[in-house]
Amino acid sequence: MDDELHARYSGKPPIVVDGLTNRFGDFAVHDDLSMEVREGEILGVVGGSGTGKSVLMRSIIGLQTPSDGHISVFGRTITGIDPDQDLGVRCRWGVMFQGGALFSTLTVGENVEVPLKQFYPDIAPELRREIARYKVLLSGLPEDAINKFPSELSGGMKKRAGLARALALDPELLFLDEPTAGLDPIGAAAFDSLTKELKETLGLTVFLITHDLDTLYEICDRVAVIADKQVVAVGTIPELIETGHPWIQEYFGGPRGRAAHAAHERSNE
Amino acid sequence: MRASPTGGLFAPRFIRIAGRVMDGAAQFTLDEDEAGRTRLSVEGPLLVSSVGPLDRDLEELNADLGVIDLSGVDAIDTIGAWVMCRLAARHEAEITGAGERAKRLLDAVEGAGNDAEMDPPRDPVWLRVPKAIGELVFDMRGGIIGVVGFLGRILIGLGRLIRRPSTFPMKAMVRQMELVGVSALPIIGLMSFLIGIVIAQQGAVQLEQFGAEALTVNLVGRITLRELGVLMTAIMVAGRSGSAFAAQIGTMKLTEEVDAMRTIGISPAERLVIPRVLACTFMMVLLGFYASVVAIVGGAVVGQVALGIPFFTFLERIQEVVPIHDVWVGLIKAPVFGLIIGLAGCYHGMRVEGNSEQVGLRTTMAVVSAIFAVIVLDAFFAVFFTEIGWG
Repeated sequence: MDDELHARYSGKPPIVVDGLTNRFGDFAVHDDLSMEVREGEILGVVGGSGTGKSVLMRSIIGLQTPSDGHISVFGRTITGIDPDQDLGVRCRWGVMFQGGALFSTLTVGENVEVPLKQFYPDIAPELRREIARYKVLLSGLPEDAINKFPSELSGGMKKRAGLARALALDPELLFLDEPTAGLDPIGAAAFDSLTKELKETLGLTVFLITHDLDTLYEICDRVAVIADKQVVAVGTIPELIETGHPWIQEYFGGPRGRAAHAAHERSNE
Repeated sequence: MRASPTGGLFAPRFIRIAGRVMDGAAQFTLDEDEAGRTRLSVEGPLLVSSVGPLDRDLEELNADLGVIDLSGVDAIDTIGAWVMCRLAARHEAEITGAGERAKRLLDAVEGAGNDAEMDPPRDPVWLRVPKAIGELVFDMRGGIIGVVGFLGRILIGLGRLIRRPSTFPMKAMVRQMELVGVSALPIIGLMSFLIGIVIAQQGAVQLEQFGAEALTVNLVGRITLRELGVLMTAIMVAGRSGSAFAAQIGTMKLTEEVDAMRTIGISPAERLVIPRVLACTFMMVLLGFYASVVAIVGGAVVGQVALGIPFFTFLERIQEVVPIHDVWVGLIKAPVFGLIIGLAGCYHGMRVEGNSEQVGLRTTMAVVSAIFAVIVLDAFFAVFFTEIGWG
């Protein structure tokens, strides 16, 4: 029973990026970048500021047309299509943008209903509202947040509401852009465990951009490092450290990296 | 759907197949299990993509279910689990045959409960209407206080700028003058030229009946300099620049740029509002006069082509028949209109709060209130100038 949902793409990696190049004017953000996201994993993507983590995500979800290269999601080619074109895979992924990107004129509940209404208009309005309510609660928001407008929410609540909307269609693939940035440590830890829990219950594959070392240690199955316009290494954190790449050494060996590692060790004991 | 007494009427082997049998859609059958309870057996995928029609059919189902058998379900997600869980709770039925994944999802869904009210509470209409009117009245009070406060802040800002002229945002004002004035020249010129043509041509047709075509010059000269030049320019500027002020400042409020300015110690009234209002006031004078002149040129072209009055004779006659105070009337009204347009745009921009819908709403309000105020004031000016003998 467990594998039935995933039978649809039968063991192939959900995301394959091959030779991606993104150029803005003369400046190349990515140059011949290749990577894969495996089914059912949480892949953390790290890199210094301006290394193009968000651009990579935008390329994968088809918002950014790359200068060169090939990207496929669930076996569908994403590159070279119009951002507004119907892909047939948009109902199988959910995207949470950095600031939530909620529709400001709709309440939180209505925001979650939007994808349901768009893709499955034959769901009865009553059921749709119930589903929206369930997803809002699932993402850890209080009951009364459903009828609030985004402008009435705090930054952390907006992120959770963004997550609720991303989860509306029970996607197989979830994109999270810096989910814990700007959250207090307690809220960030809660968000981490929520992500992990969702992955385990719903069988999600998660593409997670982050700067948060604790998130990397706690929930990521693998970590991809973007540096020098490419993915220089992918693997578990110990594997990454073994590569000896100077940026990775600095990243995980710095004071914050060591603190996160120590915290992880303690929590494992 | 409610538990219905007619459920007992079903024959023991009664079978119903969901109406829409299609590829990949979930279907259900009803029968009776060994213990004599009504059993609903669901087959096919229970996914967000397929559960919509099934849910509708289940809504119409008229039976008292005892058991829900999910052993025929080959895929399930939280939405399918939700539908089944809801159905089970309503009939107090037992769910059997669920696979490992289905069980996990059903457990996850069950925890959420379904007792809360989803729709916000809504008052009956006899309470809602007075409430809305009351809110409107209070808003109006707030609006008046807001306008007065806004004017006060601008005056304070102006006072401070006069005392310390070195801090005057000259660059911003010049930029706004360019946007409000220079870039509006083509459109206002074209509009005024056409208006001049229409007045001259239509005026000539009417005046011809009295044999007074020569008075077309008086008509065009006086009406454009006194009234239409400035009024039409004001409407155009309100639509072009008043709306831009409201939208720009409103967006800056939403992105917290205005708050950021305040924390750095920059007064938004000084840096955002005053340059725009002053630029608008000043440029309205120039644009209004320019519009009148272009309209007269338009009239002169009609004179040359249709009336047989040579172009330069038309312009010379304008000097003779238009009293100089007509020019003053236009030049006095223009800055007042400009001030109103600038203030309305900036005021509504500063009042934007919350969401992007507000930006649109406030932009509309800025344009509508500016044009309305301009036309009302124009009527007052008309009476006033006639009374003081500038008729």
